[in-house]
Amino acid sequence: MAGLGRFGAGAFVAPALALIGLFLVFPALWTIYLGMTDYRLTGLQAVDPSFVGLDNYEQILGDPAFWRSLRLTLVFVLASGIVGQSLLGFAIAWALRRLTGWLKSVVETLVLAAWVIPASVASFLWIALLDRRGGTLNEILGTQGTAWLIEHPMAMIIIFNIWVGTAFSMLLFSSALASVPPSQLESARMAGASGWQQLRDVVIPNIRGHILTNTLLITLWTFNTFTPYLVTAGGPNGASEILAVYIYNTAIPGGQLGVGAAISLIMLLINLVIALGYLRVGRARAARPAEATAAETAGGAATS
Amino acid sequence: MTETRTTAAAPPPLAARVARAPRARHFVSRLLTVIGLALLVVFFGVPLAWLATAPFDSAPTLAVAWPDWTLSNFAAIGENRYAIGSFVNSAIIGFGTCVVVLVLGAFASYALSRVRIPGRDGLLYALLLLSSIVTGTAAMVPTFQLVNMLGLIDTHLAVVLVVSGGTLPTVIFILKDFMDSIPRSYEESARLYGARPWQILRDVVVPIARPGLAFVAVWTLVQVWGNFLVPYLLIRRTQQQPAAVLMYTFYTESGQADLRLLSAFALIFSIPIIVMYFLVNRRYGFRFHGGIKS
Repeated sequence: MAGLGRFGAGAFVAPALALIGLFLVFPALWTIYLGMTDYRLTGLQAVDPSFVGLDNYEQILGDPAFWRSLRLTLVFVLASGIVGQSLLGFAIAWALRRLTGWLKSVVETLVLAAWVIPASVASFLWIALLDRRGGTLNEILGTQGTAWLIEHPMAMIIIFNIWVGTAFSMLLFSSALASVPPSQLESARMAGASGWQQLRDVVIPNIRGHILTNTLLITLWTFNTFTPYLVTAGGPNGASEILAVYIYNTAIPGGQLGVGAAISLIMLLINLVIALGYLRVGRARAARPAEATAAETAGGAATS
Repeated sequence: MTETRTTAAAPPPLAARVARAPRARHFVSRLLTVIGLALLVVFFGVPLAWLATAPFDSAPTLAVAWPDWTLSNFAAIGENRYAIGSFVNSAIIGFGTCVVVLVLGAFASYALSRVRIPGRDGLLYALLLLSSIVTGTAAMVPTFQLVNMLGLIDTHLAVVLVVSGGTLPTVIFILKDFMDSIPRSYEESARLYGARPWQILRDVVVPIARPGLAFVAVWTLVQVWGNFLVPYLLIRRTQQQPAAVLMYTFYTESGQADLRLLSAFALIFSIPIIVMYFLVNRRYGFRFHGGIKS
């Protein structure tokens, strides 16, 4: 035991646990209380908030803006995450699987670069691309004067998020495709299966676990991303105000910390449901560890 | 139509049919793949192209265009009151977080790796689960309020602590893996010579675990460098803001954005993270791809 008794071990672990406790566990629990107060950023309730019970929840559930935000979030997660990133990521991995050389590196590097550059840079690149007067998109399409971010804000943040996040699915599916036994594909080809039939009957059944993992992680991340705020700030008039942005706009510029905390709790609960789903899948797949490693390491990364 | 009928009337030998059809199909699918890849390059490349051209253009516009080469845009960074300071702020926050996470993470993961405490694995998984649920977005209100009450608004320390709290579970998880792989016999012999546990950690374990620590350091830097929400929430004074937030300020609050400054700033801001990413990518491969950026 390297001379480390139980007491010594405790002393080694304690500082890290204290920090995690104060800045990760405590905020999560505190939200429950904050959500039941009329805390405000400024004014009398900032100094002396009072307990209001479930009033905040009553207000939120009766607010059409909340339901619109929830609906937009659902569309956003479905279209940009589950459908957009997963399908495009898979398609790229599939198209590149037997390719080598410069074309493969070019595609991979571009997709990865979109993923790794800082969010505030990526956002400006898209604001510039979509600009009404001088934007590149209007120049390419010859649609001068189209204000994409005002006329189609949801479609734009969905496409933007696909652009940003596809790299993860591409990487995960590339490694998944590499794990499909070549002998099975070979015998399918010998039997005269077309590319589509090979995909349906050999590849998909082999990587079902990866698909599930990818879907759950992407759902969690897309649900929690704040980056669309940098492109549209939820506007115009809340037309692209997904839940993350809605909390921010309510709590900080809106000053209603209590209400913001109540929505935060709703968001935490949804996160919990998704994460528990992930855990169930992870446990079911623990029997096949080789398949699980990559994604599990990734799973630990859904921080900040 | 005619072709089908002729085929039906006099079917060619089986071998020929099999040989011809796949070749045509192969050609079509090849063509579709190439077209698809070309579209992908356009979709992912066009927005990025601005970052490659505008910083070097003497009169950058919002559109992607072949630049009228110059390096003078980078001088605009020096002329801005806050730009260089914001890189310093980013560096302080980045290295501060690295130090906190590495020191606390090394101690905790070493202890968790060497001592059997009942429920240890459960604790690790619970923390990991928690860190993926309590995201910066979902917990922004209580985090803001906590930092507010601690009187740490507008400080780098606040960002360091909040980000460290969020990343430590993952860091401990990764580091424990590295610690588990270090043979215990080295520590046993150090102990025979009377070394204290923390001396063993410092002189025996840390030097061996250096690759793991280096990986975690880079991983943490990548997480912090581009992080927008936490500093945006906790730091309001422009002098204190890191580059991620100042970049956003440049194009939202200054009326007509100065594209010379903006483009050069964006490129300088992006380069470290791209370099670090591809470095780690080359050394560690996909096992950590997902972990490197969330």
